[in-house]
Amino acid sequence: MRREPLINLVIILLLLAVPLTAQAMDEPFIVTLATKVAILALAGVGLNIALGLGGMVSLGHAAFFGIGGYMMAVLAAPVQAYEPLMTWPIELAGTKSMPLIWLGAVIAGALGALAIGALSLRTSGVYFIMITLAFGQMLYYFAISWPAYGGEDGIAIYVRNGFPGLNTLDPLQFFALAYAVLLLALLLAHRLGASPFGLALAGARQAPARVAALGIRPYSLKLTAFVLSGAVTALAGALYADLNRFVSPSMLSWHTSGEIMVLVILGGVGRLFGPVAGAALYILLEHLLGGISEHWQFFLGLILLGIVLFARGGLIGTLAGREVAHD
Amino acid sequence: MSAMLLIEQALNGLQYGVMLFLMAAGLTLVFGVMGLINLAHGSLYMVGAFACAGVAAATGSFWLGLAASLAAAAAAGAIVELTVIRRLYARDHLDQVLATFALILVFSEGTRWLFGSFPLYLDIPAALAGPITLPGGIEYPLYRLVLIGIGLAVAAGLFWLIGATRLGVRIRAGEADREMIAALGVDISRLYTIVFALGAALAGLAGALVGALQSVQVGMGEPVLILAFVVIVIGGIGSIKGALVGAILVGLTDTLGRFLLPAAFGTFLPPSEATSIGAALASMLIYILMAAILVIRPGGLYGRV
Repeated sequence: MRREPLINLVIILLLLAVPLTAQAMDEPFIVTLATKVAILALAGVGLNIALGLGGMVSLGHAAFFGIGGYMMAVLAAPVQAYEPLMTWPIELAGTKSMPLIWLGAVIAGALGALAIGALSLRTSGVYFIMITLAFGQMLYYFAISWPAYGGEDGIAIYVRNGFPGLNTLDPLQFFALAYAVLLLALLLAHRLGASPFGLALAGARQAPARVAALGIRPYSLKLTAFVLSGAVTALAGALYADLNRFVSPSMLSWHTSGEIMVLVILGGVGRLFGPVAGAALYILLEHLLGGISEHWQFFLGLILLGIVLFARGGLIGTLAGREVAHD
Repeated sequence: MSAMLLIEQALNGLQYGVMLFLMAAGLTLVFGVMGLINLAHGSLYMVGAFACAGVAAATGSFWLGLAASLAAAAAAGAIVELTVIRRLYARDHLDQVLATFALILVFSEGTRWLFGSFPLYLDIPAALAGPITLPGGIEYPLYRLVLIGIGLAVAAGLFWLIGATRLGVRIRAGEADREMIAALGVDISRLYTIVFALGAALAGLAGALVGALQSVQVGMGEPVLILAFVVIVIGGIGSIKGALVGAILVGLTDTLGRFLLPAAFGTFLPPSEATSIGAALASMLIYILMAAILVIRPGGLYGRV
């Protein structure tokens, strides 16, 4: 009956074993692919806080992913141009240090989620989906038409940002960093789900009227979860931008929102390790189908359709069998 | 800035608005009657445009192309409804979002497979090419004026269909209580297919009509889809009247914002800065409008919330 923890362990160990093996076989491309899985999984863990725990179907999480990515570029670009970040009201230099960039990304993502969430959570259901989508698209168009940060072309960062004590240019060390952040985020999501806050949030998802009758405002619970969710996804965005050493408005496009949501659902909504399994499956499908046909998205679409229609519960739901948590 | 230019831009906004209405009307009908959120509505818009461009190129007649766009989009809508969409009515919105997102991938990549990656071009029919002089001496493209006319005529037709025909009565009854009308002997699954195909045909019509103004390419439906969502949120889900008012509001706000904001900033900023700030703000204006309406009326202007 309790098969899920075992499956989780296998998934997380596999994600570690694959790049280690690839490194031993001198295949740095596969290490980079595994890093991409870890980072997208992190974005999915963020979305899953809103989607799985809070029942908020946000189709605008690319906004936070992109905010994180742009935060990286905004902080790191002045350094490579030998310019200060700002001169007024105080003179501030940019930074190439990942911890500082992450802090900036998390704060910016949380503030963005606070603004978008405060407005969007005035509604629910299908309105919420459309409104989060629309706000995400607003940032996308803003990034395209605002010339200071590259407009449509985006910005390239020539050297990957540094982390104290690590050589981030080495693919395996950068993977280890992304993997460690992913583990921390999974721990956070797990603790969150089991905390009094998480239980109240589950209540707000399943029976908002009862939670309100107990004296807790569902709105505040959901907004808090949405802000946390946005912050984690923004952190993933900063890492993703560092992986590619490039940001562009496409990080903000609604296709990105769709992809993050797809990988959460592929793995299993509301499952702690769903995003990890989903990201691995998604990248694997992309890679395998991409090798077969240049029109791989056509087949990806068909496979996704099949999964939604016939294999509910995602990968972990199929393997572990029993429906949990998600209603 | 002359008044003539302003009127011309207002007409452009109105034309944009009525085309958005054709998209939003189908979406809002499908949501109102079946409770389904359909992200693939933009793909039907694309199907209409490609069908029109393909048939017009083969036969040389824009009008045959237009008929083909209606037929192709309605057929694509009916097929998708029968094979995929009807399995989703009982599911939650999350499954609907994912399945229709998958449909977008299939439609977009399938179209790219069939037609290649290069955009197609669709010419405005010769009879409608060129400008016309409006009262007051304003020169305005005849084709855009015809689009406004077609959009308003379709809106009137839709109000008549919903308000005064047997099918409309059933659609409204389906919105109110689907179990009851099924119990009264209305074939509800056939009604759903018809509503979905109707919405698809409207989207295809919009795609073909707008395709003659822009290029016909894969992915052309998605920006329009998202604007149609904004329209529905502003107008209120399920309301055709809300869709019309919202669409025209969005069309005018967007077009006039892009025209007026850079000029407005130009009164106190140097021209290059004014253009970039004005353009960036103008691209966000309709979303700001949406946010403002949400604050005042969370259910939209004509919503039932």
